[in-house]
Amino acid sequence: MNDYLVQAENLHKHFGETRAVNGVDLNIKSGEIYGLVGSDGAGKTTTLRLLVGALLPNEGSVDICGYDVLKQTEQARSAVGYLSQRFSMYEDLTVLENIRFFAEVRGLSSSEWLPRSMEILDFVGLGKFKDRRAGQLSGGMKQKLGLASALVTRPRLLLLDEPTTGVDPVTRQDFWQLVIRLVSHREADTQVDKYTGKQDDTSITQTENALRTTHHAPITNYQSPITPGVSVIISTPYMDEASRCHRVGFMKNGKIIAEDTPSNLRARLNGRILELRGSPLNLLRHVAYEDAEVEDVQAFGDRLHIRVREGKAQEVIHRLMSGIGSEGGHVDELRVVPPALEDVFIALSEDKNHSIVS
Amino acid sequence: MSLPVIYVENLTRRFGDFVAVDHINFEINAGEVVGYLGPNGSGKTTTIRMLLGLLAPSEGEATVLGYDVHRQSEEVRARVGYMSQKFAIYDDLTALENLTFYGGVYGITDKNRITQTLELVGLNGHEHTLTGALSTGWRQRLSLGIALVHQPKLLFLDEPTSGVDPTARRAFWDLIYRLAESGVTIFVTTHYMDEAEYCERVGVMRDGKLLAMDTPTNLKRTVIKGDVWEVYAHPLEQGLEILHGLDGVERVGLAGDHVRVVSSKVKKEALQSLLRKNKIQVEKIERGEPTLEDVFLALAR
Repeated sequence: MNDYLVQAENLHKHFGETRAVNGVDLNIKSGEIYGLVGSDGAGKTTTLRLLVGALLPNEGSVDICGYDVLKQTEQARSAVGYLSQRFSMYEDLTVLENIRFFAEVRGLSSSEWLPRSMEILDFVGLGKFKDRRAGQLSGGMKQKLGLASALVTRPRLLLLDEPTTGVDPVTRQDFWQLVIRLVSHREADTQVDKYTGKQDDTSITQTENALRTTHHAPITNYQSPITPGVSVIISTPYMDEASRCHRVGFMKNGKIIAEDTPSNLRARLNGRILELRGSPLNLLRHVAYEDAEVEDVQAFGDRLHIRVREGKAQEVIHRLMSGIGSEGGHVDELRVVPPALEDVFIALSEDKNHSIVS
Repeated sequence: MSLPVIYVENLTRRFGDFVAVDHINFEINAGEVVGYLGPNGSGKTTTIRMLLGLLAPSEGEATVLGYDVHRQSEEVRARVGYMSQKFAIYDDLTALENLTFYGGVYGITDKNRITQTLELVGLNGHEHTLTGALSTGWRQRLSLGIALVHQPKLLFLDEPTSGVDPTARRAFWDLIYRLAESGVTIFVTTHYMDEAEYCERVGVMRDGKLLAMDTPTNLKRTVIKGDVWEVYAHPLEQGLEILHGLDGVERVGLAGDHVRVVSSKVKKEALQSLLRKNKIQVEKIERGEPTLEDVFLALAR
């Protein structure tokens, strides 16, 4: 038995001339949140669909919980919950009826799905809305219903394809707290008594209340609604989401070109990102572009992010300060800032000689 | 000094007992790029509909480009561009055909104008591509072109770069900045922090109220008075619970492999010793930068 819940090796998928996935390896541990990050068309969705067995690879293999997706498709698939970009629900059915539908499609009997569904609904915070029609739910609640449906078979692996597109920040925060709790869930977890701390954050409080209520109805043969050590693979174009993952793989042209923890990825650009505020921004941008040690200048509303060559930050700061002054510009602030994942993404996307990939 | 491009005073809209927009005030000047940030249902769309003269205010007033939005709504609409996420582009027409069609709707028949607009949004080379075959980033450029074909002085953008990666988003915003330099005023409604970061000023909406409007830098400074700490510890969830109970901590949240703490009083050393006392293994505690998300969550509380 190996240590990995998911092992994909040398995956290839071609659509005609297009090499949508072109040699992807993935090793995902139990309890890990892995982010597949990349441009539109980089191959993220195709990769997820290969993992779930919805597409057959032209080459390569996928193992999930020790089952070969190509040869033991049913067993492998039963270990996977999949929330697609456009997951569908029946708007004229209630929340519980929707869950029931997904459960029965996956072959669960009512003695299995009913108690489990209620616990999952409580976990995602939809317990008291179980009789509401899905069409009457807010966007965030619909998304939680999608998550609940994907969890009803008690998967070991959860695949989420851009789950928070179109969802507002408070709801996203809430959704992420659920995902993070999902992977850190332990068997026979007695979370109820632990939450006694001050709770002034609305989103966290909601989630915790939901958790607390999971224990309101003792059920014989109680089993946690969630399998311990669930792994999550999430695809996203958003860097704020990527930064919440344990590990991130950057996809480009069907390949994973860099893979590491968010902090290690950011560390690749340590000391190389400057933030410049001042006026007029145009002049600042122009002067920065002219500097030979500046690799890139990005405008952000009221400030610029400047990427400089390794070890050149102080030198560039000196030159820019005097250069901008002599051109008649004004600097409010110029300093080295911690790199954001967005800086890394842009650097990787244009990195031709792969200087920061390794 | 010329008149503000958008001037809003005590603007209010009620639907029955529900106050969708509640006495908001702001001004936007020519060439500014301003974001309007808030969750669904916070009043963003109702504000835009009033500014476009599609919905009468219950109270207060607003002028756009010097015209009263209610009494002179046709003057307003002829001079503004609107790019919506849900805007219909015809997938089975080419980029050029789509632009020609929508130009016609505005009474623009000049072929040069159409070609210039295509060039402006960087679609030359893609004129004859069927729109259905364009990627999200290119479709967004086409939508922008359609909103620009009648050369508006003010452009409303509704989540213009949702669902695209940072490279495509950046290319789009470089275009927006060029427009702003030429004097076009840009008003962006969004609920994405990534997008709001690109605006010169950002207004934060919640429950119909405009809670703040300032530069991203000033918002981060004034709203987040304390420090941001990124705490790497094991086990993480227990660490979170302990930090939750701590006095003087404004916000604690899980961020994947670490806990994010916003606090004005508690310093790194105090966090560290508290965690250690509770037998939590502390790997490291790093200072983080406040984000617009921190600002939003702090204001929205």
